[in-house]
Parts: sequence; C-alpha cells; structure tokens
Amino acid sequence: MSLRIVVCVKYVPDATGDRRFADDLTTDREAVDGLLSELDEYAVEQALRIAEGQRQSGDEAEVTVVTVGPEDATDALRKALSMGADKAVHVEDDDLHGTDVMGTSLVLAKAIEHTGYDLVVCGMASTDGGMGVLPALLAERLAVPQATLLSELSVAEGKVTGRRDGDAATERLQAELPAVISVTDQSGEARYPSFKGIMAAKKKPVETLDLEDLGIEAEEVGLDGAWTVVESATERPARTKGEIVTDDGEGGKRLATFLAERKFV
Amino acid sequence: MAEVLVYTDHLDGAVRKPTLELLTLARRLGDPVAVVLGPGADAAAPVLAEHGAARVLTADAPEFADYLVAPKVDALQAAYQAVSPVAVLVPSSGEGKEIAARLAVRVGSGLITDAIDVAQGDEGPVATQSVFAAAFTTTSRAAKGTPVITVKPNAAPVEAAPAAGAVEPLDVAFGPLATGTRIVSRSPRESTGRPELTEAAIVVSGGRGLNGAENFALIEALADTLGAAVGASRAAVDADWYPHSHQVGQTGKTVSPQLYIAVGISGAIQHRAGMQTSKTIVAVNKDAEAPIFELADYGVVGDLFDVVPALTDEVRARKG
Ligand SMILES: Cc1cc2nc3c(=O)[nH]c(=O)nc-3n(C[C@H](O)[C@H](O)[C@H](O)COP(=O)(O)OP(=O)(O)OC[C@H]3O[C@@H](n4cnc5c(N)ncnc54)[C@H](O)[C@@H]3O)c2cc1C
Ligand SMILES: Cc1cc2nc3c(=O)[nH]c(=O)nc-3n(C[C@H](O)[C@H](O)[C@H](O)COP(=O)(O)OP(=O)(O)OC[C@H]3O[C@@H](n4cnc5c(N)ncnc54)[C@H](O)[C@@H]3O)c2cc1C
Repeated sequence: MSLRIVVCVKYVPDATGDRRFADDLTTDREAVDGLLSELDEYAVEQALRIAEGQRQSGDEAEVTVVTVGPEDATDALRKALSMGADKAVHVEDDDLHGTDVMGTSLVLAKAIEHTGYDLVVCGMASTDGGMGVLPALLAERLAVPQATLLSELSVAEGKVTGRRDGDAATERLQAELPAVISVTDQSGEARYPSFKGIMAAKKKPVETLDLEDLGIEAEEVGLDGAWTVVESATERPARTKGEIVTDDGEGGKRLATFLAERKFV
Repeated sequence: MAEVLVYTDHLDGAVRKPTLELLTLARRLGDPVAVVLGPGADAAAPVLAEHGAARVLTADAPEFADYLVAPKVDALQAAYQAVSPVAVLVPSSGEGKEIAARLAVRVGSGLITDAIDVAQGDEGPVATQSVFAAAFTTTSRAAKGTPVITVKPNAAPVEAAPAAGAVEPLDVAFGPLATGTRIVSRSPRESTGRPELTEAAIVVSGGRGLNGAENFALIEALADTLGAAVGASRAAVDADWYPHSHQVGQTGKTVSPQLYIAVGISGAIQHRAGMQTSKTIVAVNKDAEAPIFELADYGVVGDLFDVVPALTDEVRARKG
C-alpha cells in the first residue's frame, strides 16, 4: 500500500525584509519578497525521509505539498518540489484575501481531504503569523489524532511515534495513522535542492484549486468571513541606541555601574 | 456578573505564575472562573482564590496524563458550556495554544494567540499582540463568538484580590478524539535552581561568541550573581553548548524581562523576535558593528572573556 503524505507549506514575506501591514491591516505582500516559510522546510524534509524509508522497505509512498495562498505562492511549491516532493496542490482564490486561521484551516482541511492522505506533516509555526496552531486545528477538523511539535519522529506499521519537548516535560507520543503531525527546527536539517531536483521540479504536476472546487462559500473565508478582526497595527518605535563604550580594561566595571544606576544591583 | 474562563497551568497543584497574571487580566473583563485539570486541585484552589478566582472548576481523570491535548479540550469545552463565559484566557504555551485553538473551532469563536495585553473594549475584549519580530503592535478582537485568547508570560502583574474560589467538580465526557494520541512516557524537566526563563526579571544569554559549552559557566556565574535566568542563541543551542529549552527567539522562548544581557550574540532578526520587548537591553560583543548594539541601552565593545568575569566580580563586590 502506498503511504500518502501531504505536507502543508506556507508562502510568507521574508523575515529579514521590512515586513509591514497594508491599509486593510492584512499582511503587505508587495513590500517584501516572499518565500517558502523556512520552518516548513523541516516539514518537507521529514516527509521526504519518511517516504524514502517506506520505499527502502519495499513499500510505496507519495509526497504532495499543499499551499493556500496567492499566485506567487507557487514559488513555495516549486521549492518543495525541487527538494523532492512528487506533486503539489495550490489553493488560490481572490476571496481568500485576509483569511484568518479558522478560514485557513477550513480550506486546508478540505484540500487535504480532496488530495487523500494517511499522514499530514506541518511546520511548527509559520514565520509570519506564527500562531503555531494550524496543525491542531487540522486534526480537529479532519477528526484524526494530532502528534505535534515533534523534534524526532518515525513512522512504521501504520503508526507515528515521536518526541515532543514541552515546557515542563519531554514526552514520547504515539498515534495511529491517519494523523496530523508538526515538526520543529530540531527535527533535522533540511536538504538543499540539487540542480537535478530543480530541473525535475519544473515538470512535476501542480493542481490549482479554487473555493468552488472545494465546496467552500466565499462568506466562510476572507476578511469578511474572519472570526477575528484586527483593529489597529502600529509600528513600534525603534529602540534608541544607548551608550556604547569600548573596553579599555574597565568595561566590566562601567557596565556594573550602569546596572547599579538602573537599580539592577 | 459576566464570567471569564481561565485555564490553569499547574504541576500537581503548584500554579505557574502566568496563570496568576491571567487572573489579573480576567478581572478586567468579569469574574474569573478557573479550570484545574488533573491532580492537585485542592492545592491550587486557595492560590487561585487569593488571586481573584470566584469559582474553581476541577476534573481529574487518567486521560489528561495519558493522551495529548484532546482530553483537555473536552474538559475546557465542558467548562465553557457550564459557564457561558464572555472570554476564555489560556496561557500561551505550545500546549495551551493548541487547546485554545481546538476549543475555539468547536464553539465557533475567534482565536487570538500570544497576546501581551487584554482590555475591555466597546465591542468586547481587545487583545494586543506584538508581531513581525516585535516591529509592530496590533490590537484585535473576536468578530464571532466568545473570544478565546492565549496570553504570553509577563503580560500583567500578579495581584492579590481575594475571592470565594468555591471548588466545584466539572463533569467531563470524553469524545472519540480524546484518546487519539497516546503519551507513552514523560520525563519531567529537571530544575536548574534558577528562575524560569520566561518569568525571570533578568535574563543573561550567551551566543556563538562563547565558543564552547564549558564557557557557559561564565554566563551562569553572572546570572547567579544577578539572580537571573540563563538563555542562549540558536547558534549556541545548535552547537550543543546549552539545552534547547533555554533558546531565546522565534523558535525558542520569548522573554520580556526588566533586563536582558546579550553576550557574544550578534542580534539576528530571529533572536530579536524573542527579546526585543525587554525593558533594558545590554550587550557585550567584540564587533562594534554587531546589530545587537542598535537595540542596546548600554553596550560594551570588547572581548567577553575579559568583560564578563570583570562584570561578575564587580557586581559581587557591590552586593557585598
Ligand atoms: C502577524 C499576524 C498575526 C496574526 N494573528 C492572528 C490571530 O490572532 N488570529 C487569527 O485567526 N489569525 C491570525 N493571523 C492570520 C493567520 O496567521 C493566517 O490565517 C494563517 O494562514 C494561519 O496561521 P499561521 O500562519 O499563524 O499558521 P501556524 O499555525 O503558525 O502554521 C503552522 C503550520 O501550518 C501550515 N500552514 C499555515 N498556513 C498555511 C497555508 N496558508 N498554506 C499551507 N500550510 C499552511 C504550515 O505547515 C505551518 O508551518 C495573523 C497573521 C499575521 C501575519
Ligand atoms: C527560521 C529560523 C528560526 C530561527 N530561530 C532562532 C531563535 O529562536 N533564536 C536564535 O537565537 N536564532 C534563531 N535563528 C538563527 C539566527 O538567524 C542566527 O543564526 C543566530 O541567532 C545567531 O546566533 P549568535 O548571535 O549566537 O551567533 P553569530 O551570529 O555567529 O554571532 C556571534 C557574535 O559573537 C561575537 N563574538 C565572537 N567572539 C566574541 C568574544 N570573544 N567576545 C565578544 N563577542 C564575541 C561576534 O562578534 C558575533 O557578533 C533562526 C533562524 C531561522 C532561519
């Protein structure tokens, strides 16, 4: 039996650029170049490793990457395909502009069901919204187990097992497939696309879907369908650079004096 | 009066500080009703009452410890239905956010994560978030349902506000999803004896400049003279010089202490995302051009192996 792995990848504005909000208080996607959210590279990597493991043990596996995002989001899909994913699904619709996490999880869940899945792999959080909740929402909507924030994992005999480092404890988790997992940036370095991979990606299939294809009404998503409203976005005043001294042998002492003046000592 | 549901983060009844901060915020919106799941409710209840909980709803079952997240969602949903609150506040841990999200989608409510403040607005509770690596501050509210808001540590002071804190058992029926993900084993994090990173008033962090695990002793010595927590950059964590649980930044912890001391850390955007909202920032770095100095209230350009021991000695001397 073939293991159907679906990886959710997000196209985000580059975090090293000057990210801003547009006039309607949605993320400005013009100001800064977009890219595949770096934390989703770890999800693609784990999916590829699981698929390779399957194939090595004589089973079949297929890795499909899915994104919900604007036209340019195909860049994120191409990157994942060039890393080695087999095919891609792009959900794109003008009515999606301004969708919150509830709408995004609805659309993604429908797209995943449309694709067919045994295992859904997500990143730990996007690098823009950064909520870190979408995988849990997918598990809820798909009514399957969630094994999230894994820093180490394996899939065998229809089960996923992994290590989750929580605030208070480290836990070992186990869930039967189908399941939704998310992986952290501790799970293993993501591979770079090879030249061959980049060339091959150009020929891999990308299926484009809109809301109608997924049976979703426009009112359920977008700014108007959002369950949350952003009322204001204010740029934080840049921190003012304070006194910078060069150590002449007295640097430690002078720093102690500063700390004492500020009543930290 | 309107009631506000507060999810309690505790370990066998020892309530963590962020939950007490949530009670301060909850009192702005109505009467706090705390939910305590798992063993230790008897120990937690008086502490929650002392900080404003009018009622304490408790449930204990093996499912809470044996299965991930979903049983707690069932319980919080039961509390939600029993109380009909005007808002639900949950501490912003990895688990807290997942519980909150699943509750929100079940009850048809808007979800806001990682709030740094919550206040009453004209159209219901308003949450403040710090976004894009703390470059922007946003305010949001729920457009649908009862707002479910997760709140970061240090969002509000802990205040004494004695209330009844009447303990009431909560009936929880677990749904079919509750037992989906089994927690096969759990090893609690060992205490370092130092303050909790996200709760500490002072944090001293070390980066790649430390040049080796053994040199983190310099950071620990400075931290201990100041009563501080120890943090690390991802470069230091990736090199295995310090545990990942101490990483500060986008994929580690967000800290917002009174004082943050960055030692041998360049100040990459992903690191700044986790410490930019600190009250006072101090940096020690041998490169005068390091971006961390742009944020620093005080900086020393120099070799950390000279500056940090001298600083530690001087602080020790001043403290007598
Ligand atoms: C600064 C900011 C703050 C926001 N705050 C809120 C808020 O408080 N409440 C709210 O409802 N919405 C909020 N949003 C909107 C929300 O971020 C988006 O709806 C987003 O699509 C889902 O949330 P996330 O990016 O935080 O996902 P996360 O939960 O952080 O993402 C986890 C994983 O889910 C997958 N994933 C996420 N998005 C997609 C996608 N579009 N396509 C494919 N896979 C995906 C990826 O694998 C990712 O690693 C905010 C957006 C921004 C930019
Ligand atoms: C998706 C993503 C998520 C990330 N998440 C995080 C995160 O959560 N936290 C995080 O920290 N990073 C994170 N990073 C990594 C981040 O981009 C930087 O690589 C990292 O913060 C660098 O750590 P550093 O400052 O210790 O090392 P460097 O950038 O190498 O800086 C070391 C500094 O030490 C100074 N130095 C060297 N020797 C001495 C000496 N003897 N005395 C004084 N100064 C000295 C140098 O001048 C230099 O400025 C993330 C990156 C990505 C892509």
